[in-house]
Amino acid sequence: MTDTLSRKDALRIFAVAGAGFSLGLDITMPGTPAAAATATDFSPLVWLKMHPNGKTTVVLNHIEMGQGTTTGLPMMLADELDIPFSTVSFELCPVAPAYYSPFWHGIFTAGSKSTPTMGPVMRKAGATARAMLVSAGAQAWNVDPKACSTSNGFVIGPAGQRAAYPTLFAAALALPVPTDVVLKTPDQYKIMGTRQRRLDIVPKTNGTAMYGMDVRVPGMKYASIEKPLQIGATVTSFDASAALKFPGVRKVVKVSSGVAVIADNTYAAFHGRTLLKVAYAPGPNAGLSTDTIYAEGRSLVQKPGIAMKNTGDTEAALQSGKTVTALYETPYLAHATMEPMNATADVRADGVTLWLPTQAQTPTQSMAAEIAGVPLEKVIVHTTYLGGGFGRRGEVDFAQDAVEVSKAAGIPIKVVWTREDDMRNDPYRGGTINALAGSLAPDGTLVALKQVMASSSINARTSPARITKEGLDPDAARGIADLPYAIPNQLSSWHKLSSAIWVGHWRAPYYNASTFPTESFIDELAHAAGKDPVAFRLAMLEPNQPPRGVLERVAKLANWGSPLPAGHAHGVALGQYDGAWVAMVAEVSMPGGKLAVHKLTTSVDVGQPVNIDTLEQQVPSAIIYALSATLSGKITFKDGGAVQKNFPDYPVVHMNGSPEFVVDIVRTARPSTGAGEIGVPTLAPAITNAIFALTGKRIRSLPISDALA
Amino acid sequence: MVSLVINGVSHHLDVPETMPLLWAIRDVVGLTGTKFGCGIAACGACTVHLDGAAVRSCSVPVSAVAGKKITTIEGLAPIDKPHPLQTAWVELGVPQCGYCQSGQIMAAAALLSHKPKPTDADIDVTMTNICRCGCYPRIKAAIKSVGIA
Repeated sequence: MTDTLSRKDALRIFAVAGAGFSLGLDITMPGTPAAAATATDFSPLVWLKMHPNGKTTVVLNHIEMGQGTTTGLPMMLADELDIPFSTVSFELCPVAPAYYSPFWHGIFTAGSKSTPTMGPVMRKAGATARAMLVSAGAQAWNVDPKACSTSNGFVIGPAGQRAAYPTLFAAALALPVPTDVVLKTPDQYKIMGTRQRRLDIVPKTNGTAMYGMDVRVPGMKYASIEKPLQIGATVTSFDASAALKFPGVRKVVKVSSGVAVIADNTYAAFHGRTLLKVAYAPGPNAGLSTDTIYAEGRSLVQKPGIAMKNTGDTEAALQSGKTVTALYETPYLAHATMEPMNATADVRADGVTLWLPTQAQTPTQSMAAEIAGVPLEKVIVHTTYLGGGFGRRGEVDFAQDAVEVSKAAGIPIKVVWTREDDMRNDPYRGGTINALAGSLAPDGTLVALKQVMASSSINARTSPARITKEGLDPDAARGIADLPYAIPNQLSSWHKLSSAIWVGHWRAPYYNASTFPTESFIDELAHAAGKDPVAFRLAMLEPNQPPRGVLERVAKLANWGSPLPAGHAHGVALGQYDGAWVAMVAEVSMPGGKLAVHKLTTSVDVGQPVNIDTLEQQVPSAIIYALSATLSGKITFKDGGAVQKNFPDYPVVHMNGSPEFVVDIVRTARPSTGAGEIGVPTLAPAITNAIFALTGKRIRSLPISDALA
Repeated sequence: MVSLVINGVSHHLDVPETMPLLWAIRDVVGLTGTKFGCGIAACGACTVHLDGAAVRSCSVPVSAVAGKKITTIEGLAPIDKPHPLQTAWVELGVPQCGYCQSGQIMAAAALLSHKPKPTDADIDVTMTNICRCGCYPRIKAAIKSVGIA
């Protein structure tokens, strides 16, 4: 093993690691004359490179953070191209306009958008290349292309002629690129909807997969930044004399986020920080605490906020019938990706090169160009594998650290955050405070639902143009104004909390916080109406629609209503994430007053399923992520700083807390949605509704560990 | 100067005796398969074998391991002749983001070396490494598939 890889080597290793699964799988092409294949690739569009050896490289503008996109998108292309999936590998595209996503108008991976927005592009790319190869075959045989078909990498002629794709590259290259190709119908899929092994799997079992943390470039030093405990405080002065005496510490520089210790290795950089003396000036979060945030929210929700939805006459309807009210709260949460934030940057006078685990290539490029004072195209962004993302790596703060330190030091720098830095400087999932009221008719029908929510705004920080002139962050309505239930009178409104603590996208943004209050309250209303919670919901759902479909299926699958072992109970919840639907039944018990989550039965409708293996992986993955948060996840603040700092005080689920899973995937021809988030929204209410069914105790504030304390 | 034997190779390192083994392995020797996750032995991403036992290298100073046999993920098995656990990890589709998997595999290999047929309870007690992607069900299945074989 060499000490330091050259830049080229580092990238080559990543490319090889990324292609790992396809290595050594040469396909044979019977009937192909040895010299017939062109020596060049066939690459009619930027999204694919078909090689003379029969392999295909799919070029992706979406990154891999565990969600399986770098397998799913190639499956969609390969299906339309009609090639065996075993011949497919992937590589990540350069960060350049030719590769921009039509949805993001840049390169970005977030919000479960990869499959719904790039899937159609990948399918069209595959179909386009296939159409050109068919035309080339038809030309060679002097037949109508419509009389030709394809099969597993071969064009088949009307008289049974067979031509392996590579033998047609030269002729196809001379053809115009069609723009009107016809895509397959679901009954024609061969790869979509099957179970395929991840293309990134082998390097992730032998230590060769390259993450941001693993980048090493010539002349690189390591840096770690001492940041204020109070979020938003600023450095006024520092004394680095003791730090500079520690072996391996080379230099100490001030950057916008704190004081950076530059060293020969990560240990010296970390240890050097403990020897610094830094003085800070307090910032906008001085004096802020969890108590002040929630006190403000509880006060705000007593009065109407900015309207999000208003149908019927909710206030009038709430004056009659049986009225139920409740206050629900959700806590702040950290992302806590396995790989702490890090980035490597080389800022030179003529340009910037970055190597990093990011979901946000285009924003990173813009940030670096601005700080370095170079044109956008002079910023090269190389994306490694991401050791978890969950929305955290859609920010550019950690990349900015590396750019600023490299600029100040004049050498390539890898900035490494400690776990403590990571947990204390997170764009947190924001807390919410929700006042709910509902009114039931004498027959138990829900006639009115009112919700007033207070929360921080992500868009106010990241996309201020999205805030309406009334001051509404329209995303606040997600999971509240789009409930699937037919309720004649509905009124929801929103207040913005004044806290300057950063909030950001956390797995299943918005729905991760809004589904707990709404689905718990629906459960409260069902019990108040004397109705079965599943039947109560079904009565408000339209027939033949995904929400009803998943709820009916999960009730059947979990034997809802059938007797359970003594001391066990079921809870149900229904939810969505951007077109994907989920219904979940949790089975819990409370031996000795301690909660045990035994089994989660889940039915999901994510449209046309892409990779069954990924779905069966992602649904439990999201559930376990949400389970950690639901059971014990909570970030609290004291004088504007996060109190929790590492896994002991921000506990997460381990192997011994992983429940049994049943995952039911609806087979539908509806366009594919994302699938990485859909396990999150319903998890908390399914469990707390089960706790209510078991004990009569209604949990209205998370995490459960606090509520049961 | 500290002498470490990593994957059968001796390294003489000019580092402070207090340097955690993790950073000696990653930054000084240059083997990056062993990961940094928490720095306080809470997550297990940095798990290596010390004389065959699983240890969390972020919390072991190099001075404590001089002369002992250290094995990292790179030394568990040759790339082209994977350890049965690595094969099971591929067959059962365990990894997602993959960042914790070196540590998970090293912890599982240590478990199987003294308990070739672990029960669910054995696995629950021994496999305390954190996986934020929630690969636990497949990790357990993969360990059992090797243990049963």
